Amino acid sequence: MEIDISRPILDKNDRLAAANRALFDEKGVFVVDLMASPGAGKTSTILATIDALRERYNIAVIEGDIASKVDAEKISAHGIPAVQINTGGACHLESDMIQRAVGALNLDELDLLIVENVGNLVCPTEFYLGEDAKVMILSIPEGHDKPYKYPNIFALAEAVILNKYDTLPVFDFDEEEFRSVVHSLNPAAPVFPMSATKGDGVEAWTEWLSARIEAAREKAGS
Amino acid sequence: MGIVASILETAVEAAENSGATKITEIRISVGDLTEIVDFALQFSFEAMTPGTLAEDAVLLVTHVPARSKCGACGHEYEHGRFEVICPECGSLMAEPLQGRELRIDNIEIETPDDEEDAPISDAPGDTASVPE
Repeated sequence: MEIDISRPILDKNDRLAAANRALFDEKGVFVVDLMASPGAGKTSTILATIDALRERYNIAVIEGDIASKVDAEKISAHGIPAVQINTGGACHLESDMIQRAVGALNLDELDLLIVENVGNLVCPTEFYLGEDAKVMILSIPEGHDKPYKYPNIFALAEAVILNKYDTLPVFDFDEEEFRSVVHSLNPAAPVFPMSATKGDGVEAWTEWLSARIEAAREKAGS
Repeated sequence: MGIVASILETAVEAAENSGATKITEIRISVGDLTEIVDFALQFSFEAMTPGTLAEDAVLLVTHVPARSKCGACGHEYEHGRFEVICPECGSLMAEPLQGRELRIDNIEIETPDDEEDAPISDAPGDTASVPE
């Protein structure tokens, strides 16, 4: 006997993500999901983003890692609310984890919530969390061939940060080829060369992010 | 692993609601733009089904090619991962139509009635022919 199901496999995740989305809309919070490999500079990018935008927006961070609180502690040291999620082995964040983490934040006081996904170029792409935008960070030492190997993350990101750009002279990184592959996967996504720890290029990225936040506000009519 | 867990959870729940004694087949659709690997799916499936209603069930995967509609000229086209740009007008405004599916379509179950009629082997008149 055949039983029709016709449901997304990640139905439960998608439904919780939609609930997250509705809550973020209600509270007027813009949510960005940052995805990258371990060591690409996600936390450094977040710290640079906080420095650039903290006068303008109230920011909080959700840190996703398999274990430890080191990232949340780094963010908290800058006076920014940070919630650490430990996935206990899972290689990506799911929407129920976000739902629980958000419970520890006062959304009424927030404009921007930055989610640092678990360092991984594959699994985070399949799980919608209720965010406004997914953004991908690739660092120069990882190599320009990554979009060939992990196309999905480049295809789904609304912007790509090319971090550790200051190390370009010492690595065999073909920027032209990188941009061309990213363009073929995701023609609309801007690429932002950046050196998060030195501050170079941070402005172009944060201007793009601010424009997205303002556009979301305009759309919400607030 | 998480994907297979979700498939199993949904399939077992649907089977239990129908009074099934066994799930013999689970059919899913997977878009070509996802990063789901057949081998890994099947491996996780075999690892996770023992002791469930889906023990010995077959996981059948239908692949869905990527298809987009051009936001500028309206042309609809199938494409690979690296060929998102409209082949007609070169526009970058592709609206994805399909290719990101991760869907559980249906399941084949046995109920207590089936077992009385057809104890073990393929019963004549069983129309669900299963490819090898």
